[in-house]
Amino acid sequence: MSETPVSETTASGAPASETPVSKGPARPLRFATRTRTYVWAAGGLLLLALPFYLDRFWLQAGLFAMAAAIGAIGINLLTGSTGQLSMGHAFFLAVGAYGYCVFAADGGDSGDGLTGLGLPTWLAAVLAVLVAGLAGGLFSPIAGRLRGAYLGIATLALIFIGQHVLFNARDLTGGFNGRDVPPLSLFGLTFDDRELLVANVPFGSAEKLWYAALVLLLGCVLFARGVLRGRPGRAMNAIRDHRIAAGVIGVPVARYRAAVFVLSSMYAGLAGVLLALVFQRTVPDYFGITLSLEYLAMIVIGGLGSVSGAVIGAVFVSVLPQLLTRYSDALPLVSAPGTGGIAPGEASRYLYGAAIVAVVLFLPGGLVRVAAGRRFRTDPGEER
Amino acid sequence: MSTFAELLLNGVSMGSVYALIALGFVVIFRATEVVNFAHASLLLAGGYVTATLHEDIGFWPALLVGIAGAAVVGAAVEFLVMRRYRGSDHSVLAIVTIGVDILLTTELTRRIGTDVLALGDPWGDSVLTLGPISLAHTRIAAFVAAGLLITVFLLAFRYTSWGVAMRAAAESAETAALMGVRLGRVSLGAWAVAGGLAAVAALFLTVFPTPGLERATSLAALKAFPAAILGGLDSTTGALVGGLLVGVTESLATGYQSELTFLGRGLGDLAPYLVMTVILLIRPAGLFGTKELARV
Repeated sequence: MSETPVSETTASGAPASETPVSKGPARPLRFATRTRTYVWAAGGLLLLALPFYLDRFWLQAGLFAMAAAIGAIGINLLTGSTGQLSMGHAFFLAVGAYGYCVFAADGGDSGDGLTGLGLPTWLAAVLAVLVAGLAGGLFSPIAGRLRGAYLGIATLALIFIGQHVLFNARDLTGGFNGRDVPPLSLFGLTFDDRELLVANVPFGSAEKLWYAALVLLLGCVLFARGVLRGRPGRAMNAIRDHRIAAGVIGVPVARYRAAVFVLSSMYAGLAGVLLALVFQRTVPDYFGITLSLEYLAMIVIGGLGSVSGAVIGAVFVSVLPQLLTRYSDALPLVSAPGTGGIAPGEASRYLYGAAIVAVVLFLPGGLVRVAAGRRFRTDPGEER
Repeated sequence: MSTFAELLLNGVSMGSVYALIALGFVVIFRATEVVNFAHASLLLAGGYVTATLHEDIGFWPALLVGIAGAAVVGAAVEFLVMRRYRGSDHSVLAIVTIGVDILLTTELTRRIGTDVLALGDPWGDSVLTLGPISLAHTRIAAFVAAGLLITVFLLAFRYTSWGVAMRAAAESAETAALMGVRLGRVSLGAWAVAGGLAAVAALFLTVFPTPGLERATSLAALKAFPAAILGGLDSTTGALVGGLLVGVTESLATGYQSELTFLGRGLGDLAPYLVMTVILLIRPAGLFGTKELARV
């Protein structure tokens, strides 16, 4: 265990934090808060209005981004705020997605012969999230005791176990071909493709799900902020920054680690449910190690330990490949898959691979620091 | 019984290859405290260089170039990326290696495409038959080569000044630096050695009976992670034992697959991870890892 001397961290850790930019007279601060409120309100209105104007492609991309954002907030609580590296996030997404299918599908009459409990779909979604949390809890003997690389590689096991189960438990998962996802219905409104005219705009599943996802994302953001700003958040950061010191001042380290792991898997489960609803079909290949790496990429690019960072990173990583696919004709160097050049999927992997490296080396704190500009520099420790 | 012996021997041979990979992994961890998730892509790089060159310059020179190439890639990663990081959080650096891995793997798999590349090894598919047991020549070569390399490495680690510098840096980086050990060179050396070892492992991961170098080879390399972890990340002995354990478990689980059908198909790929999980439950620091002691 190398305890890095304090002098080194302060000298080279985050140079920006050392410069007292402004000790802050009250007025600029209040001004900043007010602009922030306006920005938030405008952004919120924009998000609410989007389904009336955008076509299906953009809505799908947005839905993926929102689902990814929920998952990324989860892993950021674990990896960013508590310093527990997890490479098994895709496993919990799979638990959520398939859990929802199993709970919600009709067992008998659906014809594909897969197990289904036929529960009301909203209940199925809740249960799927709980099952994901339970799966995280079952892993807690390991999650509570290991850290760093050991935990990272131990959670890698989850991916392989997950893939094995997904391919082999055909009754539950449909094996290689996956299974259909029953549409969500809530208060008599079914989120499927039966068209519903709202203000002369046809509302399909994407439009309806948009609002559900927006509400869920908002709830997840607020909850995560609450956790981070309160007592648990301080405990988590203390564990990340100095585990032993945290233990000495009375933080139950193992219990917190296990609890954060459970919370993070529940976020992943919810993201999985949402992704399944957007895809309308779940296939096991999707939930492989690449997905886990994508989630890690999101939080590093966005900013470790910050909720808005997770959202920004999720948007970046999940929208990028779709943008590149859509505009592959117009872009230099990128060509359609199978034509020999760099396929859009590969191009986006180059970009976010490079983005991870660049962000860690040159923008410690991630994109959220850039987006926030100077405002955060006065108290960089606060938000993390 | 003869099946069992065959599976065991094959497992030991595969295990020695995993041990090679795990050893590189451990060397980097000891020298720099960074967990190198880009290891699989170093391996892929070495294999790819060998595969593309062997037709023009022959197998042995191609292998040497492959080893050198992977070592250069490893050293370049250290020099261009790892060294530029100014923070002190090693888990962040682990994530950087994930970024490097994404970059390298994407590039290499794009080049490999859907092809299966042969590495042009001289052993082909010949088989040695000893009574009831038959063993592919490639497996014997793998065991011998891995054994030799590991011995040479451990001797160098123990007796050369390079090895002493590396162990000193692992023990206490600051003290070593004050004693005149150049930490930059130590970690550069560690990355290069790890790359070279990975390139040799790439050869033996892709020879008969496996079809050749393909995209999935990097997945096979991932099995060395549990090997390194279950032995203990900071222990070279652990890497050897972990490698053998992983190899044997995998070989047995694949061999007796038909008797274990209730657990589903493809159990061999899963077995190393299950063993690792069980061992970590009992010994969280791995079999030979130093249990972390902290002074408060």
